Amino acid sequence: MIRIEDYVPIAGQAVVEELFLLAERLSGRVIQNINSTAVGGGVAEILSRMIPLLGQLGVKAKWDVIKGDEKFFAVTKKFHNGLHGVAVEIRDDEYEHFLEVNRQNAEDLIWGDIVFVHDPQPVALIEKRGEVGKNWIWRCHIDFSRPDPKIWKFLSQFVTRYDATVFSAPAFAQKIPVPQMLIAPSIDPLSDKNKELPEEKINSVFEQFGIDRSRPVVTQISRFDYLKDPLGVIEAYKLAKTHIDMQLVLAGGGATDDPEGPMIMERVKEEAEKDRDIFVLFLPPSSDIEINALQRGSTVILQKSLREGFGLTVAEALWKAKPTIAGAVGGIPLQITHKYSGILTHSIEGTAHWIRQLISAPEYAAKLGANGREHIRNNFLITRHIKDYLLLFISLFYDGDVVYL
Amino acid sequence: MDNFHFYTKLDQTILLGVKARNVRGLLRGVKQVPDSSVYYHTHRFLQQHHYLSPEPPNDFAYWVSHVLGDDALGEQLWSVDIVEFQSIAGLREKFMAILKRHLASTKRHIDCPDGEEFYFMASRTFVFPTTYVAQNLAEFAEMLGKVSINSLYYHMFDAKLRLEHGENDFSRWFHGLGKTQLANETRSLDPYSHTLEGLRQRIVTLVKKYDSH
Repeated sequence: MIRIEDYVPIAGQAVVEELFLLAERLSGRVIQNINSTAVGGGVAEILSRMIPLLGQLGVKAKWDVIKGDEKFFAVTKKFHNGLHGVAVEIRDDEYEHFLEVNRQNAEDLIWGDIVFVHDPQPVALIEKRGEVGKNWIWRCHIDFSRPDPKIWKFLSQFVTRYDATVFSAPAFAQKIPVPQMLIAPSIDPLSDKNKELPEEKINSVFEQFGIDRSRPVVTQISRFDYLKDPLGVIEAYKLAKTHIDMQLVLAGGGATDDPEGPMIMERVKEEAEKDRDIFVLFLPPSSDIEINALQRGSTVILQKSLREGFGLTVAEALWKAKPTIAGAVGGIPLQITHKYSGILTHSIEGTAHWIRQLISAPEYAAKLGANGREHIRNNFLITRHIKDYLLLFISLFYDGDVVYL
Repeated sequence: MDNFHFYTKLDQTILLGVKARNVRGLLRGVKQVPDSSVYYHTHRFLQQHHYLSPEPPNDFAYWVSHVLGDDALGEQLWSVDIVEFQSIAGLREKFMAILKRHLASTKRHIDCPDGEEFYFMASRTFVFPTTYVAQNLAEFAEMLGKVSINSLYYHMFDAKLRLEHGENDFSRWFHGLGKTQLANETRSLDPYSHTLEGLRQRIVTLVKKYDSH
């Protein structure tokens, strides 16, 4: 089991000491996390790591998962797609079923002192507030920059009844009369995806895929869907390659809801067949160590997204001190300050230009990577995430811009 | 003289739902947002990138230069010397004056690309005592080496500008000990031109020097 003290060599003794001091302020209160899935997905992953650590800090944190039938999850999937800009139609009976499932769950739950509700699926539990009291927070983990107006109208009647809301990026904030906090997601430096790896392991993964580590390697780790722009990555690689020798790795897997996904996958495969230096790797979900090794062994990392929720793959790459070029979308500008901790681009040509620059100027690239790692150490590790959650819970009981605890 | 009790602070970031697409919108925002927002946008870089030297710009300058592509205005905003200001109100006035002068002098108005708007945020600060209490300069130097960067930041930056104590907390304590020269040298350090670790080392060195006198 990972212990909170294990983070001391990474985040620093003083940072962990401050977490203990904050946690004391929550003595005697029960924090109840509620979401809709116990495994799979980013929310379950972060809760499964964070709750044991909160416990070690002395905070009573628990985690409940609401139950729903197939119809309920079909409706919430429609919410999810609609909030991401896909056209969806939701019938009145579906809205009603959504509410009914929330009401049934509300009857069975044993309430904590702070009810911390994650994402839209359990949002309507707040209807129970009049009866049970307590302090309520709604945490939105998804891209909320352009929500479908009808779905948002439905959800906002619940969201506005919470004491506070939390979003992952500034662009996701809404015009609502409820305090909105910014809490970015985080990476765990001790997870398989991010922990240090011996050089032999990195070499063996590259050998396994037939990639030559003695030549420059440019890598993008992401799903093969339109929004991650794998075809744009290939174009940028081709432009850059007219001037400099390099290989391109496109690695990822997982399901995509993008209707154009299969067509894009075909085009990517066709391009790879024409060029022996393009490696397209479809990785199963259990490939964290391989992804870690591919990132660590690459010369430059790309995340040329056209749209992005937060884009934690950027934090993963920066944590490995890799010079990173990424699209200036979603949460990526929070992670990369252009020319300080990485490179932000807006076009295929710009991406190609910076690939050449970073491969040709390894000292500058290394400086960007080193700055990027420090930026992630200070702002995007799980210890910062825990600090933000502790402050969030404490903040419910105080007023004012400067609070003396 | 009282002991020096090291405090620390942690910040919560609040989304204000106010955004700007161009210089006019930036001016409107700077005028209307609370003090805690002006403070946030002039100090965020310093805290989040405290390992970088030279210091990256304030958020306003960064956005104008890198998103709007207006290097001349960006440079003016960048060059605002934050150390000169005793209050947020004065700092706000300075940024507004630069933006107003720019708008009056140009007909060129550029909107940022979609998705790259300037989002105004604010910080809410939670201050609490650490376990470190120094009874003399030797203990002070040792403990300053151990406290978090947040503690150093609180006593050097928040104390002076945000809490308007007039000067940093360290100099005030040194004065009380009768170490006027040490207080003056600490006060005259430009905290904005060091990394925070560099600043920590500089103060530790000064304290050790005057402790042995």
